[in-house]
Amino acid sequence: MIRPVIVVAALALGVSAVVAANDPIAERKDTMKSVGAATKTGAAMAKGEMPFDSVKAQEIFKAYQQAAQKFPALFPDNTKTGGNTEAAAKIWEDKSGFTAAAAKFEKDAADAASKAADLDGFKAAFGAVTKNCSTCHESFRMKKS
Amino acid sequence: MKRFMGAIALVALFGAGGAWVLTSPSLQATGTEALPGGASNLENGRTLFYAGGCTSCHAVPGAEDKTRLGGGLALHSPFGTFYAPNISPHPRDGIGAWTPEQFVRAMRAGVSPDGRHYYPAFPYTSYQRMNAGDLRDLFAFMMTLPAVEGRVRDHDLPFPFNIRRALGFWKLIYLDGKVFEPAAGKSAAANRGAYLVEGPGHCAECHSPRDRLGGIVSEQRFAGGPNPDGKGVVPNITPDASGIGSWSKSDIVELLTTGFTPEFDSVGSNMAPVVKNTANLPQSDREAMADYLKSLPARPSAVKKAPK
Repeated sequence: MIRPVIVVAALALGVSAVVAANDPIAERKDTMKSVGAATKTGAAMAKGEMPFDSVKAQEIFKAYQQAAQKFPALFPDNTKTGGNTEAAAKIWEDKSGFTAAAAKFEKDAADAASKAADLDGFKAAFGAVTKNCSTCHESFRMKKS
Repeated sequence: MKRFMGAIALVALFGAGGAWVLTSPSLQATGTEALPGGASNLENGRTLFYAGGCTSCHAVPGAEDKTRLGGGLALHSPFGTFYAPNISPHPRDGIGAWTPEQFVRAMRAGVSPDGRHYYPAFPYTSYQRMNAGDLRDLFAFMMTLPAVEGRVRDHDLPFPFNIRRALGFWKLIYLDGKVFEPAAGKSAAANRGAYLVEGPGHCAECHSPRDRLGGIVSEQRFAGGPNPDGKGVVPNITPDASGIGSWSKSDIVELLTTGFTPEFDSVGSNMAPVVKNTANLPQSDREAMADYLKSLPARPSAVKKAPK
């Protein structure tokens, strides 16, 4: 009984990995959504709408770092259009700028994680690292709807 | 026959003369009244500076200090490319030698101190709503910013859009010259919100579709539109389901403060610099703007959403 479950699970994992590998547009959208979800939790804690939780705080910055590591590879040349992508042409015109922005986001998220031991530290760190959102979207994202 | 040709020549002459008169920058009477006396209020000027978003177009592109208004940003449009001029207090290259009266005239009538039309890429169709006291304070504040040397290149516009004089016709259609009048039955906060959004904030300039002459389509005001500066769209900001109908007042205030939408997307493109400005406004002003946006008539998005 155990074996079929493992097989099915392995297959499912394999299939989702294949889908992701073949569809960078879908994967980067999902990655962005994970960043948005982490930010939603972070904003709620920063505003006191949710009690501060240092484990959750670390998860937020971890999600940011993981997303930042993935981003540069999720924009291959054949994904400039299609799938309702809102990626701006500048990503490909200024590849080094885009990669540098992702690296900065990753570094800022790591710095933030080391400063978020208590609520005050978290608030300051969260405010600083989320500046990356608008900086990057200003240049590299073009709304379609 | 000779007499006939003469009559035609006469009509043509009158036609040309009429066109010359109709396009005269002096036809726009707005912004010529005497300014209120007394000292300028620099704090008020600073607030209007951030409400007006001057830095979004006039700051030197790429520079860290957004108060260096040396200009140079290219604005691409269906009519050609506009280059934002230097509006720093530099006496030769900026507006440092202007009088407050000349500044008011430029902001309201879109007319330069030497009597020429400005192109409406400079949103005087909104700035004309600003009252004389506010404009005087704004000018005084701008004179405290760093003077930046260097003139910006001329706009790059094909014929016939390179004929500035023809803008006189455009203004006869789209520039009504009316300063904002607070509505008698509304609260001070409601009037403040309307003033900030319609006047200095000039939100409708990007968040509305434009007709073939480049004027805002009034029945779709605030319903979003194609991005005038490239690909993509500018969203509908009316309380329609296709706009921001599901947003609470605090959602709008949050966006104007941190740039985050209710889904915690961060606004980008041309809205990112706007948020850097609105973040500097007093909280009460952001709240007033949010209230006014929620009070707008709900309109379906001017640009249809792409199928998912």
